Amino acid sequence: MPLPWYSQPRAWPRWVSLLLAAGLVLSCARGESPPGRTEVDYSRPGKPAYGDTIVLASIGDASSMIPNITGDSASHEIASFIYNGLVKYDKDYNIVGDLAESWEISPDELSITFHLRKGVRWHDGVEFTAEDVLFTYRLMIDPRTPTPYSGDFLLVKSAQVLGRYTFRVTYPKPFAPALMSWGMWILPKHLLEGKDVRESPLNRHPVGTGPYLFREWKTGEMILLEANPDYFEGRPYIQRILYRIIPDSATLFLELKAGGVDWTSLSPLQYTRQTGDAGFQKQFRKYSYLANAYTYLGFNLKDPRFADVRVRQALAYAIDKQEIIKVVLLGLGEEATGPYKPDTWVYNPRVKRYPYDPERARSLLAQAGWKDTDGDGILDKEGRPFRFTILTNQGNEQRKMTAEIIQKRLSQIGIQVDIRIAEWASFINYFIKNRRFETVILGWTTGQDPDLYDIWHSSKTLPDEFNFISYRNPQVDKLMVQGRHTFDRRVRKACYDRIQEILAEECPYIFLYVPYSLSVIHARFKGIQPAPAGISYNFIRWYVPREQQRYHP
Amino acid sequence: MKSEARGSSSSGRARSFWSQFRRNRLALGGAFLVALLFLVALLAPALSPYDPTEIDPEHILSPPHPNHWLGTDRLGRDVLSRMIWGSRISLLVGFVSVGISTAIGILLGALAGYYGRWVDALIMRFVDLMLCFPTFFLILAVIAFLEPSIWNIMVVIGATGWMGVARLVRAEFLSLKEREFVISARALGASDLRIIFRHLLPNALAPVLVSATLGVAGAILTESALSFLGIGIQPPTPSWGNILTGGKDNLEIAWWLSLFPGLAILLTVLGYNLLGEGIRDALDPRLRER
Amino acid sequence: MLLYILRRIVLSIPLLIGITLISFLVIHLAPGEPTGIHTDLNPRVTAASKAQLRHLYGLDEPLPIQYLKWAWRSARLDFGRSFSPDGRKVTEKIGERIPVTLFLSLLEMLVIVAIALPIGILSATRQYSFFDKATTIFVFIGFAIPTFWLALLCMNLFGVHLGWLPLSGLKSMDYSSLSWGGKLLDRIRHLLLPVLVGSFGGLAGFSRYMRSTMLEVIRQDYIRTARAKGLPERMVIYHHALRNALLPVVTILGLSVPGLIGGGVIFETIFAIPGMGQLFYGSVMARDYPVIMGILVIGAVLTLLGNLLADICYALVDPRIRLSKER
Repeated sequence: MPLPWYSQPRAWPRWVSLLLAAGLVLSCARGESPPGRTEVDYSRPGKPAYGDTIVLASIGDASSMIPNITGDSASHEIASFIYNGLVKYDKDYNIVGDLAESWEISPDELSITFHLRKGVRWHDGVEFTAEDVLFTYRLMIDPRTPTPYSGDFLLVKSAQVLGRYTFRVTYPKPFAPALMSWGMWILPKHLLEGKDVRESPLNRHPVGTGPYLFREWKTGEMILLEANPDYFEGRPYIQRILYRIIPDSATLFLELKAGGVDWTSLSPLQYTRQTGDAGFQKQFRKYSYLANAYTYLGFNLKDPRFADVRVRQALAYAIDKQEIIKVVLLGLGEEATGPYKPDTWVYNPRVKRYPYDPERARSLLAQAGWKDTDGDGILDKEGRPFRFTILTNQGNEQRKMTAEIIQKRLSQIGIQVDIRIAEWASFINYFIKNRRFETVILGWTTGQDPDLYDIWHSSKTLPDEFNFISYRNPQVDKLMVQGRHTFDRRVRKACYDRIQEILAEECPYIFLYVPYSLSVIHARFKGIQPAPAGISYNFIRWYVPREQQRYHP
Repeated sequence: MKSEARGSSSSGRARSFWSQFRRNRLALGGAFLVALLFLVALLAPALSPYDPTEIDPEHILSPPHPNHWLGTDRLGRDVLSRMIWGSRISLLVGFVSVGISTAIGILLGALAGYYGRWVDALIMRFVDLMLCFPTFFLILAVIAFLEPSIWNIMVVIGATGWMGVARLVRAEFLSLKEREFVISARALGASDLRIIFRHLLPNALAPVLVSATLGVAGAILTESALSFLGIGIQPPTPSWGNILTGGKDNLEIAWWLSLFPGLAILLTVLGYNLLGEGIRDALDPRLRER
Repeated sequence: MLLYILRRIVLSIPLLIGITLISFLVIHLAPGEPTGIHTDLNPRVTAASKAQLRHLYGLDEPLPIQYLKWAWRSARLDFGRSFSPDGRKVTEKIGERIPVTLFLSLLEMLVIVAIALPIGILSATRQYSFFDKATTIFVFIGFAIPTFWLALLCMNLFGVHLGWLPLSGLKSMDYSSLSWGGKLLDRIRHLLLPVLVGSFGGLAGFSRYMRSTMLEVIRQDYIRTARAKGLPERMVIYHHALRNALLPVVTILGLSVPGLIGGGVIFETIFAIPGMGQLFYGSVMARDYPVIMGILVIGAVLTLLGNLLADICYALVDPRIRLSKER
C-alpha cells in the first residue's frame, strides 16, 4: 500500500523551500536603490547646496587622530580635514596663509613673523592663539615625542609668542624650507599640555581647527566626520565625510561600481580599461595629473660591484624605461630623469639621459671587467657571476611589476636578478635600516620645496635616516647646503640644476618614472577644478545640488 | 594461521581492492585527472608554447585567441605556458608538503601506537597541542617571518599537517598490535623495528594513503591562499595561486586570468579528493553495497 | 562524571604551557630583534629611550627568562601593548574582534549543519543513486573552489550586477537611523554573502562524514530488524539511524573548533569584516608581536575550551564513556 503523501520521501527537505522563499523576500528588500537604476542626471551643474555625504575608502585603518606622531597615509588623509597648519599651498603651489593671515620674513632672512587669524576656535570652543603654535613647536622637538617630522623644527634657534596672535621663529641661518615647514598641523595646547601625547584621548577623539569635526571612529570599519559650521573659511558644503576601511583592492573597486564608495584612486588598468563604459561615465568623473612622486632603483653604494659608476650607468642603459611606463603604467606616466617632477621651476631638463641601449650597457660592463668568460650566458668577473637581488616592499603592484620587467631585461644582457618582496615593517626595520640590500625599488614623494638634504647629504646615513644608499659627494653636499640657506630663487635654481646634472651623471639611483595620479569621483560632486596642486585643494567648496544628493542624514 | 595472516595482507586484499576501485566511476575520474596533471607537469618544457617569463608589452591582458590559447596576463606573459609550468609547482608543493607531514605523522603515530603508555601519552598530548592552533594562522605567521620561498612554504605546510596521519597510524597500530601475526613474529624473536616496518606499517598504510591524497589537495589550496595574501610563490615563478591572484582585481575584463587557474585548481583538488575517497571506499569492506 | 571533567582539566594544563611555548617560539623565528620602537622612523628617538624600551620588554635578558616572564604575564591575560602606532592594549584590540569572528563562524557552522546533514542522510539512503553522485561532485567542487574566487564572483553577481545585496562590511551607513526591524534586516543582508560563501567549503567534509556514518549505521542489524518489523522507512531512518549517527557529528563539530577562531583571513579581508583573522594578518605584516602572541594564545585557549566542551557533551551523550573507568 503506498504511503500517504506526508510520509513519502521528498526530493528535498522542507527547509529548502523555506530558504528559497526567504531568499526571494530578501532580494526584494533592497537598501537605497543601487546606482544606474535611478533617473538622476548628474551632468547638470546645479546650484551649490549644503548637505550630502562623500564616501572615501582606505585599505588600511588610521592609527591615530594626532597626525604629528604617525606616518601612515590614512591618518594623514583624515588629519587634513580636521587640522590646519599656519600655511598651506594654493592651487598653483604658491604658499598662502591657513591659520596665519600673513607673515613677514625679516630683512636678514633669519626670522619669520606670523600674524595669526583672530577668532578661530578649536572644535571644543576654546580660541586658537599663538600659544598653541608655540606648544606644537615644543612638542615636535621634544625627544619623547615619537614623530618622524621633527627634522625641520630642530633647526629653529628660537620661537616666541609676541602677542596673542603673533608668533616669531628665528633660525641661525636663512632656511628656505622653513616657511612651508609651518604647514605642520597645529595641536591644541589646552588639551595636550603636560600630558603624554601618545596616551591622550585626542588620539581617538581629535580636536582641531579644521573644516570638519570628528564624530565617530569604529576601529577597522569606518571614520565619520561632520562639517564644522564655524570654520573660518566658511562652512563646507558637503555635510559629512565617511571614511570606509576596505582592505582588499578588488572589493574596493566593486564597491565603487556598486555605489558604496564615492572617491578613490585608480590603478592605470582600472583607469584605462575598466571604467570606460557608458554607464560608468554617467556616474563618475575621472581625473589624471602628474603625481608628486617618482619611482627609482637605488643601489647600495657600499656594495663593491655598484661602487663602480660604469656598472650603474650600464644598468641604466640596459633598462628600457619607456617599456616600463608602457607596461606598468599603461602609458600614464613620464620618464624620470632626476629627483624633481617635470614642469616645476626647479626641474632641469638638460641632464644626462639613458635611452635603452643594451649594446652600450654590455660594453660599459665589459670595461668594468664583467664578461661572459665561461659561456653560460651570465656575465662574470673573477669567477663570480653577476647576480643580485632587487628588494621592494609588499603591497605595491607597480613596483613588483617594475622589478619583473627589469629582471627580464637584465637577463638578456647576462645579469641574473632575483626579486625579494618584503612586507613593509621588515622591509624598513630589517633590510633598509641595516643596509641589508643590494638594490631596492622604492619611491619618494616630491614636496614643493626642492630641498633634498635629508635624502642625499652624506651626513644622513644613520640607520633611521634617508640616505640609506650611502651616497657621498662633497660637491653635492656643498650645493645642497647652499641651496637651503638662501631665499634667492635664482641662486637656488643654479644649485639644484647642478645637483641634478651630477646625480644624472653619477647614477646613484636609476630614476625610473613619474606616474600620473589617477582618481575617480562620483559625478554628483561639483566644483572640482584640476590644477597643478591636484583637485583636493578646494574641497570645502565642493557641493552636491539638492536634487542630486544621495545621503540625507 | 600464518597463511590466513599472509593472505589478508597481500594479493587477496589487493585484488579485492582493485575490483572494488574499478567499479567506482567517480574514483576512476579522479585518478584520471591526477594522472593528467602528472603528465602535464612532466612534459612542461615540451608542452609550453612560450617562455613563461617572457614579457610582451604589445599584448597586455589580451583575451584567449589562437596566438595565446588562454590569453595573457598583466605583463603580457602567456597564461597557458604559465599554467603548464605552474602545474609543476602545484605538484611539487603538494607532494613535498604531504611527504613531510606523512613522514612525521607515521613516525609519531607508530611510536605512540606501538610502545603505548607514556610514549603514547606524550605524543598524543603533543598532537592535541598542535591541534589547538588555527593551522592557517601558524602557517601565515611562520611564512611571513621567514621568507616565502618555495621550500619554506612546503616545509611549513608539512610541519602543520601531520596530526591527522599520526592519529590514524596510532589507531591502526593499537588495533593491529594484538593480532596474531604480530604476536607470532615477536615470539620468533623479531626486533621491534622489524615488526614495525615489515608487519605493522604495511597494514596501517591504507588510511594514510587516503589522508595523503586529501592532503595534496589541501596543500594546493593553501598555496593559493598564501598567494592571495602576497606571501605565496614569488614572482616571476608561476603558480596557479599567483596567476589567480593576479586576476582578482580585473575579474570582469580579464576573466581568463581567474577562470583557468581556478578551474585547474578545482579539477586537481577534485581529482585528488575523488581518488582519495575512492581508495577509502574500496579499502573498507563495511561500506560496500550489500 | 565530575571526575571525568576534572581529569580533562588537569590534562589541559600542560597543553596551556605548550601553547605559550609554541607562540613564543614562532615570534622569535623572525630574523632581527622584535622591538617595535624601530618602526618609528625617527632619528630623534635617542639610544637611551630605545634601551629603555628594550628593558621594558625584557629583550636584554636571555631567552628562557624572557619566556618565563612573558608566560607569567599571559597567564594573567596581560599581553602588553600593541607595537602598532596606536599603542592600545592587546587584550582590548583582540576583545573588539573576537565577537565578530565567533558570531560569523557560528553562523557558518549552523548553515553547514543545516545543509550538510540532510545531504549526508539522503546520500546515504540513496547510495550510488544520481542524487548521491551529483551531490558528491557538487560538494567536492565546493571544497575545491578557492574561497576568494567564489567570494569575488558572488560579490560581482549579487552586489554589482543585480544589486541585491551589499558588498562588504557589517552594516550600512544609515544603520543608526533604521527601525528595529530595519536594523535586523540590514544585518542579515550584510551577513548573507559572507556566511554562505564561508560555509561553502565546509559543506564537503561534513556531508561526506555524515554520509559515511549513516552508511555504517544503516547496515547495522537493529536497522534491519526495525525494517523487518514493518516500520515506515521514514521512522527507521529518522528515529533509529539518525540518533546513532549523530554521535560522530558531535565529534566532528568538536574537531572544527579551531576553525571557528582561525576563521578566514582571506574572507574577512575580502568582505571588509573587522574580525580576528584580519587583525592577525595585519599584525603579522606589521610585526606587531604582542598582538600576534596574544591572538595565538587566546585562540588556542579558546580552542582548548571548545574541545573540552565538546568532550563533555560527548560524554553526556554517550553513556559508555561516562561509566567506564578507563578511556
